[in-house]
Amino acid sequence: MSADDDFLVQAREAALSFGQTPALRGANLSARAGEILAVTGPSGSGKSTLLHCLAGILVPDSGEIWFDGRRVDTLGEPERSTLRRDHFGFVFQFGQLVPELTAEENVALPLLLAKSRRASALAEARSWFGRLGLDGLEGRRSGELSGGQAQRVALARALVSRPEVLFADEPTGALDSLTGEHVMDLLVASARQEGTTVVLVTHEPRVAAHANREVIVRDGKVTPLFVERLGS
Amino acid sequence: MTVPLALLGLLERESSHGYDLKRDYDTYFGRGKPLPAGQVYSTLGRLARDGKVEIGETGPGSGPDRKRYVITDVGVTQVETWLTEPVEGEPHLQTVLFTKVVLAVLLERDPRVYLDIQRAAHMERMRELTELRRSGSTMDTLLADHGVFHLEADLRWMDQTVARLAALTAEVRA
Ligand SMILES: Nc1ncnc2c1ncn2[C@@H]1O[C@H](COP(=O)(O)OP(=O)(O)OP(=O)(O)O)[C@@H](O)[C@H]1O
Ligand SMILES: [Mg+2]
Repeated sequence: MSADDDFLVQAREAALSFGQTPALRGANLSARAGEILAVTGPSGSGKSTLLHCLAGILVPDSGEIWFDGRRVDTLGEPERSTLRRDHFGFVFQFGQLVPELTAEENVALPLLLAKSRRASALAEARSWFGRLGLDGLEGRRSGELSGGQAQRVALARALVSRPEVLFADEPTGALDSLTGEHVMDLLVASARQEGTTVVLVTHEPRVAAHANREVIVRDGKVTPLFVERLGS
Repeated sequence: MTVPLALLGLLERESSHGYDLKRDYDTYFGRGKPLPAGQVYSTLGRLARDGKVEIGETGPGSGPDRKRYVITDVGVTQVETWLTEPVEGEPHLQTVLFTKVVLAVLLERDPRVYLDIQRAAHMERMRELTELRRSGSTMDTLLADHGVFHLEADLRWMDQTVARLAALTAEVRA
């Protein structure tokens, strides 16, 4: 059995509990190559958990995760780590920059891990600062950035390696509405240009409206929209 | 536009005299703006003319209040269609959204079906405006912003309503 060819990223009946707390209860989700997919739903419904499973960060207790025709959940951590480094970019919901590094070193990190030369990695990293309205902040450490600035630095770090799939968890959560729009515009423009597949978790309809399609997570499941169930 | 459908929906629940119908309407949908009795009877007259209600057996006495109104199959179909068809994804829909949800609960239909359909219509419109905002002039953007923020208010209301459905159902059916 192989993953549906139409889909680049897929979860099949993924279930995962944290101790006694079921976070996912058989979630199904597919994203096509080049698609920007919004995952919305109430707080605590399992959006972040599902994203982490799709991205090979967490392994579901049962069910399957597929990427590009490969089964992901059966891989060991070293293989998943390589897969993430080579194909995925992430923007996490909560703190994620390495505090000891400067902002530009943080952005350059994925390139350095992929063994790029330091000078070219830093030059590539710096090119993102202007685009994200972060000029002048290249040398700051994460403790010296505002929440919104740190979030944009994290986005730059996710995009710098031109990943095939970008997993973004509330990437505009800490931004005011105009800056948030600007960041989403940039994310969408960059994804369209590079053909990046984006799985975007947000509880804001305004952010979800940047995606091609929306799925809703409720109680650990991706709810088939009633609309679709009616078959109309 | 929601008044005839709301009356029709209430008649689907149970056939009724004009006066009782007005009282039910005011209870669920009046919100401090009771429906004038004249409007109830003129609306019922039009619904009867269009074959959506018929006059059932008449009680003793005379006058409009003696008539018992019964919904027809045509009327039931219209309520069903109205509940499941999304209104165009435009803002300022609180009256129609509210009426549909309460009516769905009264008729023991699942309001989430309707809310999901409406949500999809709103999101579709929001995607169009978002695209316009990306490619248009600043003036287009300002106008699109306004639409987006209002659609967002409706969408938030829909989410909250799903979350409050158990409480609403208990209250309405009490
Ligand atoms: N590391 C963890 N340990 C224990 N429980 C967890 C952990 N992470 C998540 N959970 C629980 O799993 C469920 C789903 O959490 P998840 O973070 O996926 O929700 P979410 O949809 O992303 O919510 P939010 O919109 O608030 O970010 C919640 O009940 C949460 O409390
Ligand atoms: Mg989350």
